Amino acid sequence: MDSTSSKWPAWRLQRDGEVAELHLTGDWIAGDSGVRSSEDVRHILEGAGGLPLRVYATGIGRWDSALIAFLKMLGDAAAAHRARPVELDTSALPDAARQLLKLAAIGTVAAAAIALARPTFLARVGASALALWPRTVAVAGLMGETTLRGTAALARRTCTRAADVLELMRDAGAGALGIVAVVNGLVGAIIAFVGAKELQRFGAGIYVADLVGVATVRELAAIVTAIVMAGRTGSAYAAHLATMQGNEEIDALNAFGIPVFDFLVLPRIAALITMMPLLYLYGCAVGIFGGFLVSIATLDITAVRFVEQLRDAMDLTELGIGITKSIAFGILVALTGCYIGLRAGRSAADVGRAATSAVVVAIVGIIALDAVFAVCTNALGI
Amino acid sequence: MATEDPTEIRLEVCDLAVGFGRRTIQSELNFKVHRGSIFAIMGRSGCGKSTVLRAIVGLLRPMGGKVLVEGEDYWAAAEERRAAMSRHFGMCFQGGALWSSMSVADNVALPLQMFTGLNAEAVAELVELKLSLVGLAGAGPKMPRELSGGMLKRAGLARALALDPAILLFDEPSAGLDPVTSARLDQLILELSRGLDATVVIVSHELPSLFAICDDGVFLDGDSGTAIAHGSPRSLRDSCEDPRVRAFMERGRDEATRVQARPS
Repeated sequence: MDSTSSKWPAWRLQRDGEVAELHLTGDWIAGDSGVRSSEDVRHILEGAGGLPLRVYATGIGRWDSALIAFLKMLGDAAAAHRARPVELDTSALPDAARQLLKLAAIGTVAAAAIALARPTFLARVGASALALWPRTVAVAGLMGETTLRGTAALARRTCTRAADVLELMRDAGAGALGIVAVVNGLVGAIIAFVGAKELQRFGAGIYVADLVGVATVRELAAIVTAIVMAGRTGSAYAAHLATMQGNEEIDALNAFGIPVFDFLVLPRIAALITMMPLLYLYGCAVGIFGGFLVSIATLDITAVRFVEQLRDAMDLTELGIGITKSIAFGILVALTGCYIGLRAGRSAADVGRAATSAVVVAIVGIIALDAVFAVCTNALGI
Repeated sequence: MATEDPTEIRLEVCDLAVGFGRRTIQSELNFKVHRGSIFAIMGRSGCGKSTVLRAIVGLLRPMGGKVLVEGEDYWAAAEERRAAMSRHFGMCFQGGALWSSMSVADNVALPLQMFTGLNAEAVAELVELKLSLVGLAGAGPKMPRELSGGMLKRAGLARALALDPAILLFDEPSAGLDPVTSARLDQLILELSRGLDATVVIVSHELPSLFAICDDGVFLDGDSGTAIAHGSPRSLRDSCEDPRVRAFMERGRDEATRVQARPS
C-alpha cells in the first residue's frame, strides 16, 4: 500500500490498536508532485476502517499547499464518511500546517453558507423563459419613453445639451465617412462584377446599371451602412454607457436628478437619426460609383450610356424607401446600444459583453426590420 | 435629546428596509439627522451601509419604510418632485464618479447649467469658487483621468457642492486615501459643513475620521440586519456596552487618541 522513493510524497497507514496512524513522508510540493488525488483519500479512509486517524508528519521533507490540500481533502472526506465519520487527529502535525488547516476550515463554513444550489436544466429553461416578459416590457417602456421624451425635446423641454448632440453627430457622421465609403464602394463594385458576367451572356450588359442602381439604393446602401454603424457606433455607445455604469457615473447623474434618458440616450438617438440618412445617401453615391467604375472597365459601354440607363431605372420612390429604412435603422442601432449599455453589470467583463451583444442584437434587428420593410413595400406595391 | 424642534430635523428615516431582490440587507432602521450635524452611518464592511445611503439619496427604492427629507416623504413623491428633492442632496461617491468624458470644470458646471438659468459667465465664476473651496483652483481644464485619487474625491465634492445642497452625503470618503490626505479631507468636510451650514451624512468604517468629525450616528450590524446602537462615534466608544460595537471601536483606540490630539 505504500510507495517510497527518496523524495516523492508518500503515505503509509499503520493500525496500532484502537488508532490508525497515517505517516507522511517525502516532499509535498504542489509544483513538483501535484496534489494527491481523492483516490488516495478513499484508500486511507477504507484502510482506517472507522478507527480514529492520527496523522504523523515526522518523515516529511519540504511542504506547501499540496500537503494542506491533501489534509483538507482527507478531513472533509473523513467528516462526511459514509457509514461513520472518521475522527481526524492532526495534533502531531507541524504548527504552521495546523494553523493553515484551521484557517481553511473556517473558509469552508462561510463559503457553504453563500454557495447557491445549482438550478436544474428545467429550472434554468423556465427562468430564462420567465425573464423574457420583463425584458419585453422594458423594451416597450424604452420605446415609449423615446417617443415621449423625443416629442418633449422637439418642444425644447428637456435637458439634452446641444453641444453633446453635435459632438456625437460629428463622431457618428464625419468620423464614419471613410469606412462607409470603403464598404459601400466595394459592395457596389462586386455587384457590378457579378451582374456584368451574367448579363453579358444575354447581351444585356447595359442592364448592369439598373442592377447596381436599384440594389444599392433600395437595399444594400441602407443595410450595409447600418451594419457598419452597428459595429462602429452602436457598440461604442453600449461600451461607453456600461463603463459609466461601472464608474458610478450614471448614479451620479441620478443623484443630481439629471434624467439619464435625456442626457445620454436622446442625444445618441438624435445623432444617429440625422446622420444615418446622410451616410446612406453618401453610401449610395459611393456604391453606384464603384459599380460604374467596374462596368465601364469590364463592359463595352460608355460612361454617358451608363448614367442615362441609370437615370431611366431610378425614381424618387426608391430613394424614399432607402431613406426611411436608414432612419429606422439609425433608431434601432442607437436604442439597442444605449439599452444594452445601461442594463450592463458593473464589471470589466460586462462592458465587453455589452459591446458584443449590442452589435449582435443590432445586426439581427437590422435584417429583421429590413424583411418587415420588404413585406410592407411588397404589399403596398411600391 | 430632550425636546425637538421639528424644523431642526433635516432627514428622518422611519422603519426603513433595504435589500436586493428578495434579500433584505437592513431593516427596521430609524434615525434622525439634525440640522448642522455630521452624522455617521457606521458598521463593518458589507453590512449594508452604502445600500442604506443609496436608498436615502434616491438611487435604490427601499423595500419598505420612509425617508423624510425636511418632513416630506421622498419615495412617496412623484418622480419629478423626487428629482427636485434630489437637488437638496450633494452626493460624493467612493471613487469620485466624475463624468469621465468632461473636464473637471464641466463636471461642476453641468448641474448649474441644467438647473439654474445662470449665464455662462456666472456659471464659470461659481465653478471656480467651488473648485477653490476644495483646494482645486486652476484644475478646471483637467480631465478626471489626470487627477490623483484624493483630487478625484475633492473634485467630486466640488461637484456635490455645485447646487449649494442642504445635505452633503459621503460614501466612504477616506477609502483608498493615505492617512494624511484622508485627515485633510475630514478637515475639509468639517470646515465646509460649518461654513455652508450643510448637514452631513457620512458612510464610513474609518475610525479616525469618525471620531474626528462626527457628532451623531447609527451603528449597523450585518448579522442581525438592523441598527444596534445610536449616538456619536465617541460616545459609542466610551459608553456602549454592546460587544459588537465594542469590538469595532476598540480596534482603533490607539489611532483615535492620536487623531484627537490634533486641534479640530
